[in-house]
Amino acid sequence: MRLTLEIWRQKNGSDPGRFVNYEVEANEHMSFLEMLDVLNQDLITRGEEPVAFDNDCREGICGMCGFLIDGQAHGPNHPGTVCQLHMRFFHDGQKLRLEPWRAAAFPIVKDLVVNRSALDRIIAAGGYNSVRTGSAPEANSILVNKVDSDRAMEAAACIGCGACVAACPNASAALFTGAKVTQLALLPQGQPERYVRVINMAGQIEAEGFGHCTSIGECAAVCPAGIKLETIAQMNKDFIRASLKRRENAPPLTISKTTSPYA
Amino acid sequence: MTELNSKIPAGPLEKKWDEHKAHLKLVNPANKRKHTVIVVGTGLAGASAAASLGEMGYKVLSFCFQDSPRRAHSIAAQGGINAAKNYQNDGDSIYRLFYDTIKGGDFRAREANVYRLAQVSVNIIDQCVAQGVPFGREYSGTLGNRSFGGAQVSRTFYARGQTGQQLLLGAYQALMKQVQAGTVVHHSRREMLELVVIDGRARGIVTRNLVTGKIESHVADAVVLCTGGYGNVFYLSTNAKGCNGTAIWRAHRKGAFFGNPCYTQIHPTCIPKSGDYQSKLTLMSESLRNDGRVWVPKKKGDHRPPNEIPEDERDYYLERVYPSFGNLAPRDVSSRQAKYACDEGRGVGPGGLGVYLDFGDGIKRLGKRVIDERYGNLFEMYERITGEDPHVVPMRIYPAVHYTMGGLWVDYNLMSSIPGLFVGGEANFSDHGANRLGASALMQGLADGYFVLPYTVSDYIASGGLSKVDTNHAAVKDAEREVQGRMDKFLAIGGKHSVDHFHKALGNVLWEDCGMARSKESLERALEEIPKLEQQFWSDLRVTGTGSELNQELEKAGRVADFFELAQLMCYDALKREESCGGHFRVEHQTPDGEAKRNDAEFAYVSAWEWKGPNETPVLHKEPLVYENIQLATRSYK
Repeated sequence: MRLTLEIWRQKNGSDPGRFVNYEVEANEHMSFLEMLDVLNQDLITRGEEPVAFDNDCREGICGMCGFLIDGQAHGPNHPGTVCQLHMRFFHDGQKLRLEPWRAAAFPIVKDLVVNRSALDRIIAAGGYNSVRTGSAPEANSILVNKVDSDRAMEAAACIGCGACVAACPNASAALFTGAKVTQLALLPQGQPERYVRVINMAGQIEAEGFGHCTSIGECAAVCPAGIKLETIAQMNKDFIRASLKRRENAPPLTISKTTSPYA
Repeated sequence: MTELNSKIPAGPLEKKWDEHKAHLKLVNPANKRKHTVIVVGTGLAGASAAASLGEMGYKVLSFCFQDSPRRAHSIAAQGGINAAKNYQNDGDSIYRLFYDTIKGGDFRAREANVYRLAQVSVNIIDQCVAQGVPFGREYSGTLGNRSFGGAQVSRTFYARGQTGQQLLLGAYQALMKQVQAGTVVHHSRREMLELVVIDGRARGIVTRNLVTGKIESHVADAVVLCTGGYGNVFYLSTNAKGCNGTAIWRAHRKGAFFGNPCYTQIHPTCIPKSGDYQSKLTLMSESLRNDGRVWVPKKKGDHRPPNEIPEDERDYYLERVYPSFGNLAPRDVSSRQAKYACDEGRGVGPGGLGVYLDFGDGIKRLGKRVIDERYGNLFEMYERITGEDPHVVPMRIYPAVHYTMGGLWVDYNLMSSIPGLFVGGEANFSDHGANRLGASALMQGLADGYFVLPYTVSDYIASGGLSKVDTNHAAVKDAEREVQGRMDKFLAIGGKHSVDHFHKALGNVLWEDCGMARSKESLERALEEIPKLEQQFWSDLRVTGTGSELNQELEKAGRVADFFELAQLMCYDALKREESCGGHFRVEHQTPDGEAKRNDAEFAYVSAWEWKGPNETPVLHKEPLVYENIQLATRSYK
């Protein structure tokens, strides 16, 4: 099949960027990224610069890949990442527009590559249980209800790709953060820091310049890991309770600097 | 010449680690913050080591080439992590896990290391549960287990088909916590391109900032490499695209011995290759073989659809050849049997390079709901890639390069032959011998990172003798010049072919001549062909763009240049090892029924290779493997 790709080319963060059209020959068994590999090999042979895009595991789990295809995060087949999207979902002669995640908190690095380190800083703000290496109690001394454990696993499946942010008209990181808050809130081990965690992570979201959640739901619709909107509800509920508790507990609020780690 | 000293502690096997730990030197808490440790790589071993060292109070500098530490390829491990908890009351014990691992590795691993691994496996589960890793659970609230290849007990802990992801996120979260606390400074999108050795000790690294192209130097009191395996030398493998051998290869060139480079694990359950454009192979978890049955048609060239082949015309060859272990025969053994079936012309699917993994019986026995609960996401992944529903049509699978048991040689303290250079996880050679059992890689990564390196790195630092160095040191400047020179060289070649062109060609040679089966003839052929290809690479490579920006072609060029040298070392090692063991199968050395034939009298050693310079033959050193607690036995799963 022959496709026309309209791809966003941007040399670096200060370049204004523009769309450039390319023709590529593909077959239905290729993954979308393999189709781009074919295009890039062709560009290199012609002495042109290949299109930069992030990718690594190509199994849909590392969360490194991702861009918009005709305005949809990871393309038309949900749930799934762009590395697991196969060309059998497209047809001969189709024209596709490829552009990077668009969000103020995700500055463009080059072409389809963006800087998502803001998500790391949200985790650093509280997305963990504080446990010292070697000091944990015997594993089966902490029993976990199977239903809670399964729900925690569903929330924990987030791959941190940033599609939720890219799909949201407000570029909100609520689904990403809600997933981690919910996972740890469902487990007994997560209880001691539950309310400090949600306050600190929410504070970091704001500091990074992500927008507010207005319950549109596009984030969950495109999420390749199937993270549910109810994780945002859980986060909001915990946030309200935390805000009330805060007067009694006054947990420390620690916000990281939002400077790029690549500078 | 560096002396090989494995530093295995004296005393009974089960007391070695405790005794050793009791005598390791400590650094006073107030002094820890005066010491810097570099940790390269943020997979299970790297993230857990960096988090633990940071928590202890050291200043830690952590590095990864991806955009976030959470992307490390440990995240893709699916099936599970072993631990000798004996929660199933099925006769498991530390000794049995130790013995299974030694036997699984075809008696080519160090007893003391493997025993320690089995010992600390128990603590790993505790640690991860406390972190909130959502392991599979029973309705009682206790942890669930499943069985895996090479074992007759259920000791594998799992988080659906995403165990690696959940364990890595646990370690990553611990790492990010230390970043917030200020004890770890993490650097993303940095690639280590040179090791700095000063006065014979590892004192720093040179990295390239992959976004700005800036060459940067970092000095420390110790350097820890947890940079994964080198399976991508074959081009097609189950490894992530970025996995590479550059960090350990650069260290090897600076004096770190390379252990057992020829030991490559071929995983039996990958989705078969579908075309020349293919960029990587996707693994289907070994856990699928708990409820899936492997078969091929009995008749050669039987191209009927699988559901039209009646039961009595199917050969469930693993169950037939290995009645005790059946479909759970270990990876090397299962891969070889799949190869035999396909070599006989009984393979299925396009090109005849595939065998069936059939869930028909499993679904009949347990119901679709139970099967989906156990393997749902793997079924979805398979369907997404192949367009076939494995509930209805059996999966097609074929062996593929998966894990490299070889890596930098390390002693019992996980220190390489360069003092101050530690190596953890898949990047070192230890623990798995000639073949790795399923669910053991996660165990080793976390054992090294959480429970071994924090002790042994401390001991090294406490032993003193470390002079103060900074980035103006002549050795640092030399290393920087070396890196810059290489980058300039790649950009200046101006040839016709892309990096991938050469990488694919190299991968083909290695797969054909140093892959699932090797012979003297094939290895000698590879040693003639690889240098020719390498020469073409250096004269006809085209790298577009510049060195002062994000340039993914330039990144790949450096990695493939190193793969060329490493590939030759793999062939030297495979040629020297005149026996078959685990993932190393020399066709000259097999039993009449096609099983691997070891030669313990001559080859019960770890090969540790010393770099002698480009185009020079490397020098082999041998670390004899002394078995004090077990008897060497012919491996049988029958």
